[in-house]
Amino acid sequence: MKISDNEILLSVQDLKVYFKSEDEIARAVDGISFDVRRKETVCIVGESGCGKTVAALSIMGLVPIPPGEIAGGRILFRGMNLLDFDDTEIQKIRGNQIAMIFQEPLTSLNPVFTIGNQIGEAINIHENIPDKEVIKRSQQLLKDVGIDSPAERLSDYPHQLSGGQRQRVMIAMALACDPDLVIADEPTTALDVTVQAQILRLMNAIQKRRSMSVLYITHDLGVVSKVADRVCVMYAGILAEQGSRTNIFTGPKHPYTQALLASLPSREKRGQRLYSIPGTVPHPAYKPRGCPFHPRCPHAIQTCREQYPGMCDYGDGHQARCPVLFDGNGANWSE
Amino acid sequence: MNMSPHSNDKDYQLDEPLAPKKTPLEEFWRLFKKNRLAVAGMVFFVLFFIVATVGLVLTRGKNPVIDPSRVRLEDKLRPPLARPNLEMLQPDEVPKLGVYIFGTDDLGRDVFARMLQGSWVSLTVGFVAVGIAVIVGIFLGGIAGYYGYRHVRVGQLLAAAFLIAGAVLLIGKHIWAGAALLICGAGFILIAPLMKKSIQGTTQPAWARLWLFNTISIDTLIMRFVDIMLCFPSFFLILTVVALLPASIYNIMIVIGLTSWMGTTRFVRAEFLTLRELDFVAAARALGLSNFRIIFRHMMPNAVAPVLVSATIGIATAILTEAGLSFLGFGVPPPNATWGNILSDGKNFIFDAPWLTFVPGIGILIVVLSFNLFGEGLRDALNPKLRERN
Repeated sequence: MKISDNEILLSVQDLKVYFKSEDEIARAVDGISFDVRRKETVCIVGESGCGKTVAALSIMGLVPIPPGEIAGGRILFRGMNLLDFDDTEIQKIRGNQIAMIFQEPLTSLNPVFTIGNQIGEAINIHENIPDKEVIKRSQQLLKDVGIDSPAERLSDYPHQLSGGQRQRVMIAMALACDPDLVIADEPTTALDVTVQAQILRLMNAIQKRRSMSVLYITHDLGVVSKVADRVCVMYAGILAEQGSRTNIFTGPKHPYTQALLASLPSREKRGQRLYSIPGTVPHPAYKPRGCPFHPRCPHAIQTCREQYPGMCDYGDGHQARCPVLFDGNGANWSE
Repeated sequence: MNMSPHSNDKDYQLDEPLAPKKTPLEEFWRLFKKNRLAVAGMVFFVLFFIVATVGLVLTRGKNPVIDPSRVRLEDKLRPPLARPNLEMLQPDEVPKLGVYIFGTDDLGRDVFARMLQGSWVSLTVGFVAVGIAVIVGIFLGGIAGYYGYRHVRVGQLLAAAFLIAGAVLLIGKHIWAGAALLICGAGFILIAPLMKKSIQGTTQPAWARLWLFNTISIDTLIMRFVDIMLCFPSFFLILTVVALLPASIYNIMIVIGLTSWMGTTRFVRAEFLTLRELDFVAAARALGLSNFRIIFRHMMPNAVAPVLVSATIGIATAILTEAGLSFLGFGVPPPNATWGNILSDGKNFIFDAPWLTFVPGIGILIVVLSFNLFGEGLRDALNPKLRERN
């Protein structure tokens, strides 16, 4: 199947993921919609606990059910709704067409198997090729992710590698079957800054070479400003704002995005006290009525406490979801 | 200035320092050999293996090299290292070694030969019983640890009830009724996935809701069964079962195995509960691995170390249990020698012929002690938390 450049590869539509316990329902993801196009890099940013990782896991079908529950929405990958797939069907998609890179490279590799073993397994699951080919391909993958003397590294155990190298191995495993979409869940958080830059550059180079799409999950706006084509800002299980990188970084609409950007250190703000958003993310089971951001929002008005409209569209795919903006600009409902 | 041997065109390439190449096995051996008692235990462990295997080869067949069942009433109750009485014996009755290393018993049988034969019995009972226990333990523990949060549905309970009732009826010779119930149960299981699909999505009718009603969780089911099994004084349970079953070495292995899996189940479950939450399991799932492969290829090797340790000590316990059963006369039937029944036969002559009790007794002591020491050494070397102590 030929796919044109602009085609939407992944489309998440009004996804809701709830976690049920005895007496409360934690609405970790509460109706988010976004698209990932071919070759595009999309970043989901937000504070800790705002539902980024759960959103990513639900795309892979990895949300533990129960206690988790997909309460609504669709996840269309090449037009197929992944939520309708049963276990064996989604196992064919996982790793083969959608791959995932995890946050902690230190624990994401199995300590009792060699690197070669694990990369080889990643290849073997989805493709039936002879062992020699597997080894050849594993070496090529390690070379691609910038690991020296790959032939020797294949027989190493994870504990013999540094954190950066392990993350490279994780990337190699994710790339093993040439996926169309890579979901990277905070791939650089556990690494120090210099290694972080290397990994980001590596991901970028590989993405160009293999023409895949990448969905970054991160809380680091610095990373976002380097890699993103489009940015989704998440807050308390909803999308506060989405748009292109320029849209978000030069003309943020939602007060939350503005606050996030204001709390980013920069050269211009040298010597000043850094802004921080007062308060914390609400508990996903006890979200305030209306706009979930209103208790921390400097611009909150009465409407914010009572109702929460849909997205306002600013053209060029730039959307924000804020009652104040909705009132002030009189913009259209996006849906 | 010559900076780096690496080309600059791939700027993401690095030469990071590497940890010295040491396989886990080398690392394990380095830690293990510090513990001298454990190394001694291992030496005896291997020695016991060799002795038992050689003993099997030498004592088996119609005309064995060393005959454990040859009765020589002329030569009864000879002390260790006594020479055979060549004048009284037939030429084919003379032991091939020319000496009774451990003496003879009240029927003139060579105790050394009987010990050799018994060592193979002890070895196989120990290993097969623990093998059964470990397989059952890993299987149940793995399920409880990995799938424990899931619930058993009413429908599944019904299917299980049908299957069990069918099996009971079949054993009770009600062949038609039993077969019918078994087929019903199997049918339930076969149509369950289809039914699940048809029920999904649509509004559920009352019977479907009852059918899918969650009862207890799998974890509760398995772990409470473990608790129940632990309530029985296992030696007496074994005695009862052995008294009902025909005496044979295989029955003993199976019975010991089926009454000693509980510890392994608890170990494996505990390990799995922690492993399940680790990132590499999530990563393995993200690669598209099936649950089966994750459990047995990715989680099991990580959980197997404590199981191995408890298995080593379990072998010692199984050998002791077998010796105890044989001593009480419930064990392996008489023509075959085991350490337990040598001891039992010898107890009548403890003052006249102490070697009859001391030889098998010390044999059991050495083997059990060496297995325990070896097991503890394994545990210390495999468990990083205990390393700091020595």
